[in-house]
Amino acid sequence: MIAEDESSILLSLEFLLRKAGFDTRVARDGEEALGVLTAFRPDVALLDVMLPRRSGLEVCRFIRAEPALAGMRILLLTAKGGRQDLQNGLAAGADEYLTKPFSTHELLERVKALAAGKGPA
Amino acid sequence: MDKPITRAHRIACLFLLGLFLFNYPMLALFNVSQTVFGVPVMYAYLFAAWALVIALAAAVIEGRG
Amino acid sequence: MLEGWFIVASSFAYIGLLFAIAWYADRRALAGRSIIANPWVYSLSLAVYATAWTFYGSVGRAATDGVGFLPIYIGPTLLLLVGWFVLRKMIRIARLTRTTSLADFVSSRYGNSALLGGLVTVIAVVGILPYISLQLKAVSTSFQVLLQYPQIVMPPPAGSLQVMQDTAFYVALFMALFAIAFGTRQLDAAERHEGMVAAVAFESLVKLVAFIAVGVYVTFFMYAGPGDIFTRAAGRPDLDVLLAPFGGAAGGYASWAWLTVLSMLAFVFLPRQFQVAVIEVTDERHLKRAAWAFPLYVLAINVFVLPIAFGGLLRFPEGGVDADTFVLTLPMAMHNEGLALFVFIGGLSAATGMVIVETIALSTMACNNLVMPILLRVRIFRLTEQRDISSLLLDIRRAAIVAIVMGGYFYYLLAGEAYALVSIGLISFAAVAQFAPAVIGGLYWKGGTARGALTGLTAGFVVWFYTLMLPAFAKSDWLAVELLERGPWGIELLKPTQLFGLAGLDATTHAMLWSMIFNVGAYVLVSMLGSQRAGEHAQATLFVDVFRQTGEPGSRWRGATSSSALQALVGRFLGPARAAELFAAYAKNRGVERIDELEGDRDLVRFAELQLAGTIGAASARTMVATVAQEEPLEIEQVMTIIDEASQLLAYSHRLEEKQAELESATRDLQGANERLKELDRLKDDFISTVTHELRTPLTSIRAFSEILHDTPDLDAAERQRFLGLVIKESERLTRLINQVLDLAKLESGLAEWRSEELDLREVVADAVSATSALFKAKGVALETRLVPSPLVLGDRDRLMQVLLNLLSNAVKFCTPGSGKVIVRLAGDGSTVRVEVADNGVGISPEHQNVIFEKFRQVGDPMTEKPAGTGLGLAICRRIVGHLGGRMGVQSEVGRGSVFYFILPVAAPGERLAVHG
Repeated sequence: MIAEDESSILLSLEFLLRKAGFDTRVARDGEEALGVLTAFRPDVALLDVMLPRRSGLEVCRFIRAEPALAGMRILLLTAKGGRQDLQNGLAAGADEYLTKPFSTHELLERVKALAAGKGPA
Repeated sequence: MDKPITRAHRIACLFLLGLFLFNYPMLALFNVSQTVFGVPVMYAYLFAAWALVIALAAAVIEGRG
Repeated sequence: MLEGWFIVASSFAYIGLLFAIAWYADRRALAGRSIIANPWVYSLSLAVYATAWTFYGSVGRAATDGVGFLPIYIGPTLLLLVGWFVLRKMIRIARLTRTTSLADFVSSRYGNSALLGGLVTVIAVVGILPYISLQLKAVSTSFQVLLQYPQIVMPPPAGSLQVMQDTAFYVALFMALFAIAFGTRQLDAAERHEGMVAAVAFESLVKLVAFIAVGVYVTFFMYAGPGDIFTRAAGRPDLDVLLAPFGGAAGGYASWAWLTVLSMLAFVFLPRQFQVAVIEVTDERHLKRAAWAFPLYVLAINVFVLPIAFGGLLRFPEGGVDADTFVLTLPMAMHNEGLALFVFIGGLSAATGMVIVETIALSTMACNNLVMPILLRVRIFRLTEQRDISSLLLDIRRAAIVAIVMGGYFYYLLAGEAYALVSIGLISFAAVAQFAPAVIGGLYWKGGTARGALTGLTAGFVVWFYTLMLPAFAKSDWLAVELLERGPWGIELLKPTQLFGLAGLDATTHAMLWSMIFNVGAYVLVSMLGSQRAGEHAQATLFVDVFRQTGEPGSRWRGATSSSALQALVGRFLGPARAAELFAAYAKNRGVERIDELEGDRDLVRFAELQLAGTIGAASARTMVATVAQEEPLEIEQVMTIIDEASQLLAYSHRLEEKQAELESATRDLQGANERLKELDRLKDDFISTVTHELRTPLTSIRAFSEILHDTPDLDAAERQRFLGLVIKESERLTRLINQVLDLAKLESGLAEWRSEELDLREVVADAVSATSALFKAKGVALETRLVPSPLVLGDRDRLMQVLLNLLSNAVKFCTPGSGKVIVRLAGDGSTVRVEVADNGVGISPEHQNVIFEKFRQVGDPMTEKPAGTGLGLAICRRIVGHLGGRMGVQSEVGRGSVFYFILPVAAPGERLAVHG
C-alpha cells in the first residue's frame, strides 16, 4: 500500500512498484490509509509522514498496535531529513526510512527486501 | 536577616514607649497624694514603669523571637 | 573601732584589692584570656556612671525634691535602648579610626582638626572639674563625719581650713596617685586598660551591695518596711508635699524632661562613659546585654533612695544633718559601726572609680589633643628629633592627672559649698552635653563642617559658663552677687540665671535651653553656610557611612619609606622595645622573617600610623608619620592634594557603584535580547525547515519520473508524454516556490527595490483583472468589478499588481467551477482607498483567518487535493501592503465565501511617501 498526498509522487510510486510486480493499493490521506490497510492487509506499507487528517506516524503506530496487522513491514517517506525525524519514525515502529527526494532504485531495493523478510521479525 | 530587623524595630518602639511613660502627661496622671500598699502612687508608678521597660527590653533582646 | 587610722587602713586595703584585681586582669589580658570580654563585666563597667553623686547625692536630692533624682537614671535607660544604633556606630568608628578619646573622635570626624580636638579637651576638662570636686567633697565629708563617731557632726565648710589641714586636699592627692598608678603604668597603642575596667566592674558591685545594705537596714530594721516610712512621712506636713512632687506646675515636668535628655547625653559624652562604653568595649554585641542589665543595676541602686531619704528626714527632724550624708549618718545614729564603715567604703569606691576613669580619659585627651600638638609644632622642643618620647608621654599624662584632680580640688574650694552634690554634678552634665550636636550631627549628617562644630561648641560652652559656672562662683562670694541679681552692668536681660528675661526655670534647665539653642544653631548655620575641606568630606563620609565600610580605610600616605624609619618613629613614642615587638608581630603576620625585610609600603605606614594614633592621637600620628614617610616635611598643599585624592577616590568608588548598577541593568537587557534572538533563531529554523520540505516535495516527483523515464526505454508514448508533463509541472512549481522564497526574503530583509509613484488604483485593478480573465474563463468562474473613482495612492505599481494577482488567483482557486463568482470592489474615502476581492467559495473558518497570512499556512478542503500554491503568497501580499503604509485583512464565513481586502492611505498632494529607494 502506498499512502501519499502528493498526486505526482503517488503516481510515480504506483508505477514503479507495479512495474516491479507488486500488487498495490493507494491512499491519499491517513484515514483512507487505515481503511485500505485493514481491508487489503498489504505485506509492505509505504507511508508519507506528512499525510493530511492522520500523519504517517499515527498510521504507523496504529499498525503496530493492531494485532491483526502484525508482521507488516513499514517504509516511511519524508521530506524532513533531520535526525530527530528519523528517531521519531523508528520510535513509531517503522522498519525503514527514506528521505525525499529518494533514488527510485534504492526505494525498490528496500521494498523488495522488506517484502522478502515479511513475517514476524 | 529578618530577625535582627524586627528586633531593632521592637527596641525602637520600646524607646518610644519609655519616652511616653516617663513624661508629661503620664506623670501628671500619677501625681496624687495617695498610696498603694503604703507606697506613694507616683513612686510606685515610676518604679513599676521602669521595671516594665527593663523587663520588656530583656525579653526582646534575650528572647529567641 | 572607727578611729582615723582604722578608716584609712581599711580604705587603703580596699584600694589595694582593686589594684590586685586590675593586676590580675592585665595578666589575663596579656595571656589572651581577657576577663572583661564579657557582657556582664561590660554592663558593670558602665556603672562607673554611678558615682558619689548617686551614692550620697541621690538621697540628698530626694530629701528636697522627691522623685527629682530619678531622670538622671531613666535617661541612660532610654539611651541604652537606642544604644544599639548610636553607640554601636560610635564603637565601629572608634575601632576603624583607632580613636582613643572623645576629643580624638570629634577631631577625626571633622577632618582631623587639631583645633577642634583641643577645644573638646578644654571643654571636657573645665566642665568635669565640678564633677571631680563633687567626689572629693563627698569622700572628705563622709570621712570627717565618720571620724566623729559616735557623734553626728557636720564637717566645717570647704575653704575654711588651711590646705594642709584639709581632708579634701589629701583625698585629692591620693585619688591622683591612684589614677596614675592605674592608668599610666605603660603606654598601650590601643589605649585600652583592661585592669582598670575590671577594677571598675568590681567597685560597681561593691557600691551597689553597700547601698542596698543601707537601704534594707533603714527600711526593714530601723522602720517596719516602706509602708511604715511613707505613712510616717505623710503625717509630717513638710514631708507630705514630697509625696506628689510635681505640685502641678508645668515647669516641673519640663525640668524633668530636660534632666532626662541631659542624662542621656551625659551617659555618652562624659569622658569616662565614652572611655568605658566606646573605647574599652571588647565586643559591640555586649551592648545588647547592657541595654537591660545596666538599667536593672541603676534601678536596684535607686530603689532604696526614697526610704533612706524619708528615714533620714524622720530620724533627724531638727535639721542640722545634711541630707547628702543620710546614707552614712543613719547607720551611725543606730550605732551600727560595721555598716557605717561599709557605707564609707562603698562611697569611696564610687568616687574613686569615677575619678580614676575620668582622669585617665581626660589626661589622654589633654596629652594627645592639647599638649602634644603644641609640643610637636614648637620647634624649640625638637621633639621630632628625640629618640624615645614614650616616657615623656607618660609624664605628660601623669602631670595632667594631677592637674585635673587639683583643678577639681580648687573648684571645691571656690564653689564647693554653694550647691548640694547633685546640683554640682548637673553643671558637668550640662558641659559635656555641649558635645552632642557636633558628635550626633557628625554621625548622621555629612554636611556638618569643622567650622560649624567649632562655632557651635564655643557658643554652647560660653553660654554654659555664663549661665552655670558664673552663678556658682557668685554664690560662693567669689564674684559680686550683684551680677546675679541685676545682671552685668545692671543690664537685667543679661542676668546669668535669667538670660534674656527667661525666668521660672531651674538653673540646669535654663542653661541647657540657651546653650543648646546657641550650640545647635551655630553648628547647623555655620555648617550650611560654609563648605567642607576635602579631607573633612572623606572623614564625614567614613563616619556617617561606617556600617557600609568593609575593611579599614586606606592610608592617605602614598609615599614609601623604610621599615626601619617607621619602627624608629614608633619606638620614640612607644619605647624601642615595644616597637620592636609590634613590628616583629606585624612581620610574622605578613609572613616575613625579619623586620628589615618588610617593605615600607602603604600598609606598613598605615600600621605605624595606627600604633601612633593610639598613643598621640590620630591627627598627631598623621603628622609624625609624614615626617618619615616623605623626604620633605609635608607642606599643607601636599596634604590637601593627598586628601583631595582620597575624596576623589571616594567619589570614584561612588561612581563605580552607579556603574555597577548600570551594568547589571545592561546585563538584564542583554539577557532579554538574547532570549528574543533565540526565539528569532528558532523561527528561522522553522522557516528553513519548512522551505526545505516544500522544496523537496516537487524535487521528489521530478527525480522519480526522470529516473522512470531513464530506466524504462520501452515506455509507451502516451505514458512518456504524461510523465514528462508532470516533470515540467513540478519544475514550474519548484521555480515559483524558489522565486517566492527569494521575494519574501528580500521583503523581510528590506533589500527589495521599491518605486514610489502616484497611482490610480482603478487602473491597476483593471490591469490585474484583464490579466487573470483567461484563468477565470478557464475555471468557469464569473468575475465582476465595481470600481468607484477614488483618490490617488502612493505605491509601487508592480508590487500592487502582484498583490492583486495573488488575491484573484486565490479567489478563483477556492471557487466551485461553474457557479463560482468573484467581485472586485474599489472605493475611497478622504484618506484611504479600499480594494476588496470577494468570492463565494468554501470560506475560511475563524481560527484559520488568523493564520493564513503566515508563511506556509495553507488552508484547503481537507477532503480534496491540497491547494495548489506555495503557502507564501498571502504572506508576501501582507508585507507589500504593510510596506506601503496600509493594512490587509480577511472577512469570511465557512461555506459562504471570503472577502480579502487591503486599505492604502491616500497620497497627500505634493507629498512623497518616504519609501526605500
